[in-house]
Amino acid sequence: MTETALRTDASRRKFSLDMRALSPFLALIVLAIAGALINPDFLTASNILNVVTRSAFIAIIAVGATFVISGGGLDLSVGSMAALVAGVMILTLNWLGAPGVSTLALGMLVAVSLGAACGLANGLIVTFGRIEPFIVTLGTMGIFRSLVIWLAAGGTITMRNSELRELYRPVYFGDIAGVPVPIIAFVVVAAIGALILYKTSFGRHVIALGSNEDVARYSGVPIWRVRTLTYVIQGICVGIAILIYVPRLGSATPTTGLLWELQAITAVVIGGTALRGGLGRVWGTVAGAIILELVANIMVLSNFVSEFLVGAVQGAIIIIAMLVQRSLQRGR
Amino acid sequence: MASVLRADHISKSFGPIEVLSGISLDLQAGEVHAVIGENGAGKSTLMRILSGHLTPTKGSLHLDGQPISFSGPVEAEGKGIVLVHQEILLAQDLTVAQNLFLGRELRRYGFVDDRAMRERTRAVLDELGVSIDPDRVVGRLSIADRQLVQIARALLVPHKVVAFDEPTAVLTPIEAESLFQIIRRLRSQGVAVLYISHRLNEVKVVADRVTVLRDGRLITTRDIEGLEPLEMARLMVGRDMSKLYPEKPATASDQTILTVRDMSVPGYVENASFKLRRGEILGFGGLIGAGRTELFEGLVGLRPSQGAVTLDGTKVHFSDAREAMAAGVVYLSEDRKGKGLLLQQNLRVNLTLAALEKFTRGSFIDVAGEERTLDEAIKDFDIRTRRRDLLAGQLSGGNQQKLLLAKMMLIEPRIVIIDEPTRGVDIGTKEQIYRFIASLAEQGRSVIVISSEMQELIGLCHRVVVMRNGQVAGEVEQADLSEDAIVYLATGVHEERAAEIAAGHV
Repeated sequence: MTETALRTDASRRKFSLDMRALSPFLALIVLAIAGALINPDFLTASNILNVVTRSAFIAIIAVGATFVISGGGLDLSVGSMAALVAGVMILTLNWLGAPGVSTLALGMLVAVSLGAACGLANGLIVTFGRIEPFIVTLGTMGIFRSLVIWLAAGGTITMRNSELRELYRPVYFGDIAGVPVPIIAFVVVAAIGALILYKTSFGRHVIALGSNEDVARYSGVPIWRVRTLTYVIQGICVGIAILIYVPRLGSATPTTGLLWELQAITAVVIGGTALRGGLGRVWGTVAGAIILELVANIMVLSNFVSEFLVGAVQGAIIIIAMLVQRSLQRGR
Repeated sequence: MASVLRADHISKSFGPIEVLSGISLDLQAGEVHAVIGENGAGKSTLMRILSGHLTPTKGSLHLDGQPISFSGPVEAEGKGIVLVHQEILLAQDLTVAQNLFLGRELRRYGFVDDRAMRERTRAVLDELGVSIDPDRVVGRLSIADRQLVQIARALLVPHKVVAFDEPTAVLTPIEAESLFQIIRRLRSQGVAVLYISHRLNEVKVVADRVTVLRDGRLITTRDIEGLEPLEMARLMVGRDMSKLYPEKPATASDQTILTVRDMSVPGYVENASFKLRRGEILGFGGLIGAGRTELFEGLVGLRPSQGAVTLDGTKVHFSDAREAMAAGVVYLSEDRKGKGLLLQQNLRVNLTLAALEKFTRGSFIDVAGEERTLDEAIKDFDIRTRRRDLLAGQLSGGNQQKLLLAKMMLIEPRIVIIDEPTRGVDIGTKEQIYRFIASLAEQGRSVIVISSEMQELIGLCHRVVVMRNGQVAGEVEQADLSEDAIVYLATGVHEERAAEIAAGHV
């Protein structure tokens, strides 16, 4: 409409700062500075590593959620799925009994496979049932949650073999060259996620699907497969998160993973991924997950606000993040 | 005649780019004033300034001789200047009456007064000479009726100036003729009508005066008398446009490449059969809603369909667009914004989306290769863009169409189905697209052009199949191509009678 007919110069894209992509990282820096001003203990290596380690579960799950959301979907079942996967994994380990690496490996395989299967179920119902993902995952959220309660008979599922627990402990508490294992795990997951989303045709198809399903379909994108796979990736991410969650407490309860779906979605949105799809930011998501944990940490270290209000502050953050996104979008 | 709305040396800049410079326009009571120009000439910007959606950077507006500036469209509407938008902006799930009064509901004791609104709606529709039930849900009306509802909505407020932005883009000739009658009625009531259109034949029929814009400048304002469409086109483009259509390439062979027999798309098409030859440009004419789009969406697997399709002697059935593409059959949707391009993504992502496997090395996308291909496409298809990293949605209609063509050509198809190739496209780009379609045939590819513009079918195609009510009504050979022949098959009546039908029909 208001195009000027200037020919494009062949010069490569000019370097321009995309505020929307940068804002989660700026927020992270601002929070870190605020934390340092509030409490000198904040900027110690141990505290920082602790915060990042604690954010690992949500970060890993949120990397999966980045795929689902940027593909135009939504998965509310991740928290319940996490609980179910944790429960079944522990039951499997208890059932196998013999302490050993092979037992652990088998348990881990079961966890990741179950996560993938749960994701596949979500994906197939959304895709072939043609039902809103909000409704489908609301349903499976209830199903997964009550399955774990049923498996635990309302109580707690605990790893019985203490030798196995000792063997498994380092996966959460250990470190490699000073870096805690959970941090390595989530950096690796995020790196693989970024590679898939940004560099493969599958990733491109996810973004196309999230931008406009019709255009994707008319362009020959296998939308059913792509959409289902985003949920499978989400499930696998839940499985991986559980691999490092189980050694932390060694048990699963009916409240395991409660409200994780909200934290994961919050991390994704803070990170700059569009909730309506079509734009995914894996590293932004990682920053978002760390921000959530950082806020909780600062609240614990300071006396301004009761730490019982962490949830309220995190809730406020998602709303503020959306407002910031909206205003940045308008500025473009 | 009295001047109602006058623009005095209006300029508008967006950042450093001036899209309008020094435009003066004098709109008089009881005239239909057409504004024509290529896409990007500044028509829409001018329209938006006149209707209060934009404020001019320089220059002034005068309403009834008094200088005026609008804070926004609401104030302009309050002053009697209404704009009928190009896109249909109605709530699909509300009724006609509810839509007409949306945001300005009549109330009684604090509750909406449905009865009064229904009565007013009926009165307004009657005034337009339209019979639409005020209680119909808008989503169940035809596109043409929705357009009429939109016009009725605009005319609900007291109006001195009514601006139409490409009102006939979605209308068939008969429906357009009824719209012209509405416009003439407005004129006879002393309303000043501003009319923006690409369709110069229409302008000739409906306008009293014509203002031509080119590259944001005023070229001329002339009386319609003695101004023929060809001359209008020349003024718009600044060069001779008598050769809008290229020579028809003599490439249509006897060799049949595609045979479709008894194709049915449930709810839209029944038992459609046709043949396509190698190197042929085959037109598909008919009214909107005749089932042309659905037939081809069914053919390429975008809708469920039954029927016998033979491609190069082999029976085929495509269950999705991917399969059709793999067989060398591509379909370019008429709905570029909704189904053709990802408006929120950049040109590169859009260009390679359908042929992405050509740009993958191992499992990864070869971005450098994509960039090279984008450079070539920008050159080959003359895609005009300020910057390479624009989003597809920021391109003009004509450039979006070129991008969509470039995207689908990456598949190297044998059969190209183009639905409304020049809808919303300016005349200069039209010529380029026509030449491109002819060159496809010269390369030995077969092209199917679905179009509601008769001239386009006649000027471009070797043969035209016409559909009516979901069935193939007949076929017109090259030697017999004429508007009347197509209209006759499309409507069952000859063209001279179309106006009469419109008069009685509406």
